[in-house]
Amino acid sequence: MANIPDDLHYSKDHEWVRVEGNVAVIGITDFAQDSLGDVVYVELPKVGDDFAAHEAFGSVESVKAVSEVFNPVSGEIVGINEALADAPEKVNTDPYGEGWMIRVQMSNPGEVDSMLTAAEYEDFTKAEKE
Amino acid sequence: MGGRMVDFGGWDMPVQYPAGTIEEHLRTRKHAGLFDVSHMGEIDVRGADAIALVNYLVSNDAAKLIDGQAQYSALTTPEGTVVDDLLVYRFASDHLLLVVNAGTTEKDWEWINSHKQQGTAEFRNLSSDYCQIALQGPDALGILAKLTDVPLADIKYYHFTEGRVDSVPAIVSRTGYTGEDGFEVYAAADKAEQIWNKMLDAGNFGSATGVLPCGLAARNTLRLEAGMALYGHEINEDTTLLEANLGWICKLNKGDFIGREALAKQKEAGVARRLVGFDVTERGIARDDQEVVINSQRVGKVTSGSPAPYLKKNIGMAYVPSELASQGQQIQIDVRGKLVGAEIVKIPFYKREK
Repeated sequence: MANIPDDLHYSKDHEWVRVEGNVAVIGITDFAQDSLGDVVYVELPKVGDDFAAHEAFGSVESVKAVSEVFNPVSGEIVGINEALADAPEKVNTDPYGEGWMIRVQMSNPGEVDSMLTAAEYEDFTKAEKE
Repeated sequence: MGGRMVDFGGWDMPVQYPAGTIEEHLRTRKHAGLFDVSHMGEIDVRGADAIALVNYLVSNDAAKLIDGQAQYSALTTPEGTVVDDLLVYRFASDHLLLVVNAGTTEKDWEWINSHKQQGTAEFRNLSSDYCQIALQGPDALGILAKLTDVPLADIKYYHFTEGRVDSVPAIVSRTGYTGEDGFEVYAAADKAEQIWNKMLDAGNFGSATGVLPCGLAARNTLRLEAGMALYGHEINEDTTLLEANLGWICKLNKGDFIGREALAKQKEAGVARRLVGFDVTERGIARDDQEVVINSQRVGKVTSGSPAPYLKKNIGMAYVPSELASQGQQIQIDVRGKLVGAEIVKIPFYKREK
């Protein structure tokens, strides 16, 4: 059973967002990391890059596959998790903690309101599995 | 087992089990991995002219086999390209077994029936009668020995014997697709689960050094490290055996076979392109079908690209023009629009210590 913390916002592309003031901390969900398998490479944007909502900001590679990761909210990158360059497996072992990917200064904080709640995301993943 | 399943040539196959591809791969290199490869096809050939009929269809020389020996070979087209790669097992001078790839079994079966010469030997597609379980890795012999009286240590590489595994009649073959020592066990299809479970028990599945069930993803990374071709990737009906470095299974002097003339001509003229191995030297992972760039020219394609879990680097195989195929040649891979540096290296990437 995938871990889906209550206090986060979720996208249908399997990213999560933790809101800290006007900053969104973003990563991929436990369900996503489990589907991908062993993560061996994470490609992240540069601090200062701007992204529109739903734009791909990087990619996650497992042994077998590559998946793009999308920015659920628009804004400027103000931090990236540089530890993932040497330890991409943190995305598997701690997807909501040490496996975080980017910090975004949100240009439209209202965008998180249209994201899924934990309960909605759980229903969504169940439907995807079937 | 909780494996993640995909459709593979019409079979539901696990991509990986819960341990994950990297752990499955490493466990096979260090201890043992168990692979259900029952999807492979088996074509039985019986009759006085079995060897002659098969020898016309394949590139290697089946006449060189002795009883109890297996041989890597290929079904070739008149152009010298590859219908499929296969193992030819010789049970007796009038009895061979061809083991072919799952996704190509039907194609092979039609090819064989439409291209074999007149003769008396009977070809039978027994694919659904057999299961095949591969036990691979340095601990494979010790594990299998708990389940059989067959003197395993006496079976030489690419040889086999008939015996019983957990009292089930079986073919025990010292072959594999991982670059490790190991065995492939063929038995009646309905015995697959019994043999699988007994091998897990005998191999202390669950302990940190025990056998691990492995999925298709680990099977692929293991064979890639070992530099073995995968049908549909390194070899297909557009690549000749010589281009794929498989000249060693082209026995041009054995007598006529389909593709012999084309291969002889190509050998004489030299190949225009060749399969090479490469290490990615910059950050990035090469993947299947990405383009190879040398001196700003797009000159070829990656046939297989992946992280190599044991070697801990990113590797691949690709076709490049022969004049650029030497070791040390710097190349680039177009990884989704970004050119990533790589270097041509010797195949196999990994070779076990014997």
